[in-house]
Amino acid sequence: MLRNVLISTASWVYATLIFGFIFLPVAVLVLFSFQDGRLPVPPFNGFSTQWYTAVFADRKLMAALLNSFVVALFSSLIACLLGFLAAYALARHKLPGSALQRGLLIAPMTVSYLIIALGLLTVLNAFGIPLSLSTVGIGHVVINLPLCFAIIYSSMGDHHVNIERAARDLGASDIKVMVLVTAPMLMPSILAAFFLSVTFSWDEFIIAFLLSRFDVTLPVEIWSLLRSGLNPKTNAIGSLVFQVSVAVLMLLEFTLFRKTGKS
Amino acid sequence: MTAAVSVQNATKTFGMFTALNDVSLDIEAGEFIVLLGPSGCGKTTLLSILGGFLSPTNGRISIGGREMTHVQPANRPTTTMFQDYALFPHMKLRDNVGFGLRMRGMAKAARDEKALGFLDLVGLRAAAEKKPHELSGGQRQRVALARALAVDPDVLLLDEPLGALDLKLRRQMQDELKAIQKRVGTTFVHVTHDQEEAMAIADRIVVMNQGRIEDIGAPADIYMRPRSLFSAGFMGEVNFIPGRVADVDPVSAQIETALGTMTLARSAFTAGAPFAGQAVTLCIRPEHFRRAGNGTAELVTLGSAQMTGQAFFGTHYRCHLRPQGAPDLSIIAHMPQSAHVSEGEAVTLAVHAGDVVVLPSATKDA
Ligand SMILES: Nc1ncnc2c1ncn2[C@@H]1O[C@H](COP(=O)(O)OP(=O)(O)OP(=O)(O)O)[C@@H](O)[C@H]1O
Ligand SMILES: [Mg+2]
Repeated sequence: MLRNVLISTASWVYATLIFGFIFLPVAVLVLFSFQDGRLPVPPFNGFSTQWYTAVFADRKLMAALLNSFVVALFSSLIACLLGFLAAYALARHKLPGSALQRGLLIAPMTVSYLIIALGLLTVLNAFGIPLSLSTVGIGHVVINLPLCFAIIYSSMGDHHVNIERAARDLGASDIKVMVLVTAPMLMPSILAAFFLSVTFSWDEFIIAFLLSRFDVTLPVEIWSLLRSGLNPKTNAIGSLVFQVSVAVLMLLEFTLFRKTGKS
Repeated sequence: MTAAVSVQNATKTFGMFTALNDVSLDIEAGEFIVLLGPSGCGKTTLLSILGGFLSPTNGRISIGGREMTHVQPANRPTTTMFQDYALFPHMKLRDNVGFGLRMRGMAKAARDEKALGFLDLVGLRAAAEKKPHELSGGQRQRVALARALAVDPDVLLLDEPLGALDLKLRRQMQDELKAIQKRVGTTFVHVTHDQEEAMAIADRIVVMNQGRIEDIGAPADIYMRPRSLFSAGFMGEVNFIPGRVADVDPVSAQIETALGTMTLARSAFTAGAPFAGQAVTLCIRPEHFRRAGNGTAELVTLGSAQMTGQAFFGTHYRCHLRPQGAPDLSIIAHMPQSAHVSEGEAVTLAVHAGDVVVLPSATKDA
């Protein structure tokens, strides 16, 4: 009896510490984004939304926010599409060296973002391609493609083979099988890959920093804000970014994972 | 719509393994054919070759008189109902059934109506808006049937469609399948390894073993007059009694067995004419044993045997007997409910000569 109480108390304490460790910085960030005063450091002087107003009035920040959104959306769409096609080919067809090809597709996951960014920078320079949001997008496709491929590939089971066969048997062409049957069947994992990819791209700094020039994404803009000293505005925009990520994750949790859990 | 199917010398090898070995088969238009055989005998392989999912290594397929050996599944007048139903999980039943029509370019309103008609045929019209995961196994099976029939195939290929159902539902679906086949008139090629199911629905049964066809015929034919030892054993319980042809004359043959010598008509030799000295096996079904001395003619007696065990099966007693002439042989016989035979008692075995089938004994390769 006493032992049970001890164990359950200990586990509660443990859980509180863990979650505190993870979320305290975020909580502080959000708290001081409402700081009434010039410095985002304790003590907390009182509640104000002035920094949010300042953020929304800052044209550069708002432009960066939009840029981030566009880059995340398009790079994730491309990464998912390429990931799906690669997974389909490797799961359904006998390809030469398919184990090697799978390995090569997943390999970039193990390479640091810095190396990928430097490599891309060299390549882009060599080809004389100017840096822009598109090059950031390319970088994000490179880092997200392995993830999308791995998620979608692992959900392509053999039990789908007969279903695709049935579609073909009923007169569907290969393209129609893919668009009308395979993709919709895999939609939960495709969406999961897409949203994860969006959140990764949304947060990514190193590649976005090294591969962009005039138009920058939000993390890069925040970084340049920070260079001019601590500013509650950064807390406000940080909180906004955090809230968007949470919203996306919630959406994922409540729509997709629910559904896949059920079937 | 319906069409005849012809398979000529089809062989399929996977690497070194021969899954289908020189199979030839002619199916008439509108026939209900059942491919029957143990697991791994090549039933699915033959069906896949008919459906176009596999190409035969050798041989030819024609359907409705048209050469089909290398035609893609989509361009064949066949549809397949898969072992696992293979319904589209993300589509409503109506869209599942209408899928083939959609691929044929039929407008939405028309195909929805036709799909509803076919759902009606299988008794699921009310569930048209449901998704496959909301259905029971038997219902899914019906949807798969409706979907396959909706495109008006000439030949429907069914791979163990009832395999996943429990026994009661299976018997019920057999009847429905048979009724629907009569109604639509399509040629059905149905795969199963359940011989009762095969007998219940087939016009003709094709017994397969190790990639070969062992026997083809109507259910009663295959059961009563099997043309191979495998076929005799696979269709139901049977007693194999070894023997030797002693003498042959134009209408009958004399056979020596451990249970005595008997004279049987030439028609008992279903797998070819006997010759003197041939090693043969007598096949006698347990229910064909009669008590000797019942007065009827043509009764062949097989000597007396001792009862070593029995069990009551409702419709009959299933008895184990040890013949006096061959104590190492064990014979299984069915006796009527009214029989009062106790263990250890001796009975005289007899059969109608017409019920006995004689087949050449297994050679080395069988
Ligand atoms: N793609 C393949 N590669 C290699 N061997 C195969 C392949 N497909 C089937 N075989 C082999 O061919 C044989 C016949 O297979 P098939 O699927 O036709 O059997 P089946 O009669 O349908 O059996 P079941 O009743 O278990 O479904 C089996 O021994 C199987 O191992
Ligand atoms: Mg099979």
